[in-house]
Amino acid sequence: MEATVPEVIRTVPLQYYVFLATALFAIGVVGVLTRRNAIIIFMCIELMLNAVNVLLTAFSAYRADPNGQIFVFFIMAVAAAEVAVGLGIIVMIYRNFQTTDVNLLSRLKW
Amino acid sequence: MEIVLPGTNAPYPTFLYVLIPLLPFVGFLLNGLLNKRLSATAAGLLGSATVLGSFVISLVLFFNFKYQYTVELFDWITVGSLQIPFSYQIDQLSLVMLLLVTGVGFLIHVYSIGYMAHDENVGKFFSFLNLFIFSMLVLVLGSNFVILFIGWEGVGLCSYLLIGFWNTNTDYNNAAKKAFIINRIGDLGFLLGIFLIYLTFNSVQYGEVFQKASLSQFGPYTAGICTAITLLLFVGAMGKSAQLPLYTWLPDAMAGPTPVSALIHAATMVTAGVYMVLRANVLFTLAPQTLEVVGIIGLATALFAATIGLAQNDIKKVLAYSTVSQLGYMFLALGVMGYSSSLFHVLTHAFFKALMFLGGGSVIHAMSNEQDLRRMGGLRKYLPVTFFTFLIGCLAISGIPPFAGFFSKDEILSHVYEHSKLMWAVGLFTSFLTAFYMFRLLFLAFFGEFRGTEEQKHHLHESPASMTLPLIVLAILAAVGGFMGAPMLLGKHYLADYLAPLFTYSRRLNPAAFALEPDHGTELMLIGLSVAAGVLGIVLAYVQYVVRAQRPVADDAPRPAPENLVYHKYYIDELYDALFVRPTMALSRGLYKFVENSVLNPLTNGFGRAVQGGGFLLRYVQTGAVETYLILMVVGIVLILGLNYGRL
Repeated sequence: MEATVPEVIRTVPLQYYVFLATALFAIGVVGVLTRRNAIIIFMCIELMLNAVNVLLTAFSAYRADPNGQIFVFFIMAVAAAEVAVGLGIIVMIYRNFQTTDVNLLSRLKW
Repeated sequence: MEIVLPGTNAPYPTFLYVLIPLLPFVGFLLNGLLNKRLSATAAGLLGSATVLGSFVISLVLFFNFKYQYTVELFDWITVGSLQIPFSYQIDQLSLVMLLLVTGVGFLIHVYSIGYMAHDENVGKFFSFLNLFIFSMLVLVLGSNFVILFIGWEGVGLCSYLLIGFWNTNTDYNNAAKKAFIINRIGDLGFLLGIFLIYLTFNSVQYGEVFQKASLSQFGPYTAGICTAITLLLFVGAMGKSAQLPLYTWLPDAMAGPTPVSALIHAATMVTAGVYMVLRANVLFTLAPQTLEVVGIIGLATALFAATIGLAQNDIKKVLAYSTVSQLGYMFLALGVMGYSSSLFHVLTHAFFKALMFLGGGSVIHAMSNEQDLRRMGGLRKYLPVTFFTFLIGCLAISGIPPFAGFFSKDEILSHVYEHSKLMWAVGLFTSFLTAFYMFRLLFLAFFGEFRGTEEQKHHLHESPASMTLPLIVLAILAAVGGFMGAPMLLGKHYLADYLAPLFTYSRRLNPAAFALEPDHGTELMLIGLSVAAGVLGIVLAYVQYVVRAQRPVADDAPRPAPENLVYHKYYIDELYDALFVRPTMALSRGLYKFVENSVLNPLTNGFGRAVQGGGFLLRYVQTGAVETYLILMVVGIVLILGLNYGRL
C-alpha cells in the first residue's frame, strides 16, 4: 500500500496535516465562541468545515483510497448550498434589525 | 390427497364479473358524493340504472351457464398456511341469488323513485340502497367464508343506515341500533364458526372445505366438530334471518322507509341466513343434531310470529311478523333437508313479500303516512291497482293455487310430513294462521267504510306509475313464479333439477334423506289439506272482518288475557329489556361512576398535568441567547468525546 503513495506527498509527514487541521478547527471553535458578528461566526464555521476537509483529503491520499476525496467534493457542494441559505438568513436579519450582532438577537425564546 | 376444485376457467373476461358488484358501488359513490347536486329523479334513475346493469350481466351469466367455476381476482390474505384469495364462486346458487337480488332490487329502486320523491335526502337514500345491493352481491358472489362475512357485515351496516334513515326521530334511531346490536350477537357466532372451519379444514374456500368434509377424512370426530361448526353458523343465521330468539329487531326495523323494508327485511338481507346454510349444506348434512335444532327453531319461529301477527294493527308490523314467520318456514325446510324447497320458498317469498311491502307502502303513501289499520278501510275503490296486486300477494302467501306460495309451501310441508307428522301438523296450523292474518289485513284496509280523517280521504290517490309498475311486475311473478317448481303440472321440477348439482356431496352422504318422496295419493292428500287450511283462514277472516265487520279496538281497551298476551307480543321485548338491556345499562352506569370517574380520569388527567408541568419548568432553559447555546453545544461535544475516548 505504501508503494502506491506518490513521492511528492510522502515528503510531508501525515502528522503535519493533522496539526494543521487541528489548529484550523480550534481557531474556528474559538471564533464561534468569542465573536458576536454573525458573519464572522459564519466564516468560523466554514473554517471548521474546511479543517475537516483537509484531514479527510490527507488521510485519503496517504491511504491511497480515493473515497475520502470524493467525500470532500460532496461536503463542498453541500457547504456551498448551506452558505447560500445562511447568508440569505443573515441578510434578512440585517434588514429587519439593522444589526448582525448575535447577542442582540435573543427574541427566539419562550 | 389432491384437492380438485371446480373448474377455474371462467368463460368471460374477469372484468365482467367485477362489474356486477362494482356498478352499484359506483352508483353509491356518485349518489353519495353528488348528494344534493343531483335532482331527485336523476338520483333515482342513476341508482336504478346501476342495479339494472348488474341484473343484465347476471342474466347473461345465467343463460350461458354450463359448469361451476370460480373467478380469481387477486390474492387477498396470505399468512403462513392461511390463504384467502379474493375470488367469486359462480354456480347455480349464486346465480339464482344474483338474479333475485338484482331483479327484485331493481324493481324496488324504481318504486323508490316515486315513493321517496318528496323526501329531501333522496341522494342519500339511493346511495345507501346501492351500497346495500353491493354488499349483498359481494355476499352471494364470494367463494369463501371470509368474503361471505364481508358482505354479511356490509348488509348489516346498510340495514342500520337505512332503518335509521329518518334520523331526526329518536325511536327510529333506537330501532336501527337494536337491529345492529342484535345482529352483532349472531355475527359473533358466525365468526367463531369460520374460525372453527379454518382450524378443522385448514381452509375457508368453499370448494376445498366441502370436499374435505364430504370425504370424511377426519374419522369419528367429524360429526362432533361439524355439529359445533354448524351450530355456530346457525347462530349467525338466526341473527340475520330473524329466528327465535334473535328476531326482535325485524319488527322494529319497520321504522325505515317502506322500500327499505321490502328490499332488506323481506326480499334479500334476511334470506342471507338461508343462503349461508344452503352454501354450507354439506356441513349441515354431516350434523343431523344441528339440522334437528334448525328445524325446531324454524317451526317455533313460524308459529310464534304468526300468532303475534294475528293481533297487530300496524300494517307494516303485520307484514314484518309474517316475514319472520315465513323465514321460519325456510329454516324448517332446511332442517328436514329440503334444501331446494327452501331456496324455492326464498324466491317465491321474495316475490310476494316485496309485492306486499310495496303495496303497503303505496297504501301508506296514499294515506299521508298513516300506518294504522284502524284508520283505513274501503281503499279498494281509491287504489284499484294496489288492491288487486295486494290481493295476489295475499293469495300467494296463503298458499292458494296456482299462486307462487302454494307450490313452495306445499313442497316444504310434504318434506316435513316425511320427516315428522307432528311438525307437519304445526306447520299446517301456521299456514292457516298465515292466511287468516293476511286476509284480516286485506279486509281491514281495503273493504268496508273509510275510517280515516276527512283530510286523509280528500288526499287519497292511486300511486304514480313508477310505483304501480313494479307492483304489477311483482304481482305477475307472485302469480306465476311457482311454476318453476310444479312437477305435477309440468312433469318436471325445473328449479330442483337446476339446483341438484349443489347438493351432490350431501346426497352422497345421506342418500336416504333425498330419496324420500311421498307417494302420489299422500301428496294429493297433503295438497288438499294445506289448501283447505288456507281457504279456512280466508273464510274465517271474511266472516270476522267483512260479514260481522269487526274492528280492532283501541290500544288501551281491556282484552281477555290470551289476546292481551299476543297483542303485547308475549312481552318478549319487555323480557329482553329486563334481562339484558337494563343490567347492561346499570353495569355501564356503575363503571362510569366508579371506574371511569374515580380511577381512569384522574390517571389520564394526571399524566397530562405532569407533562404540562415538566414543560413549564424546561422552558427556562431556552434563553434565546445564541452564545449560551453555542457554549453549551461545544461543552456537550467535548463531554461526549471525552467520555467516549478519554478512558482509553
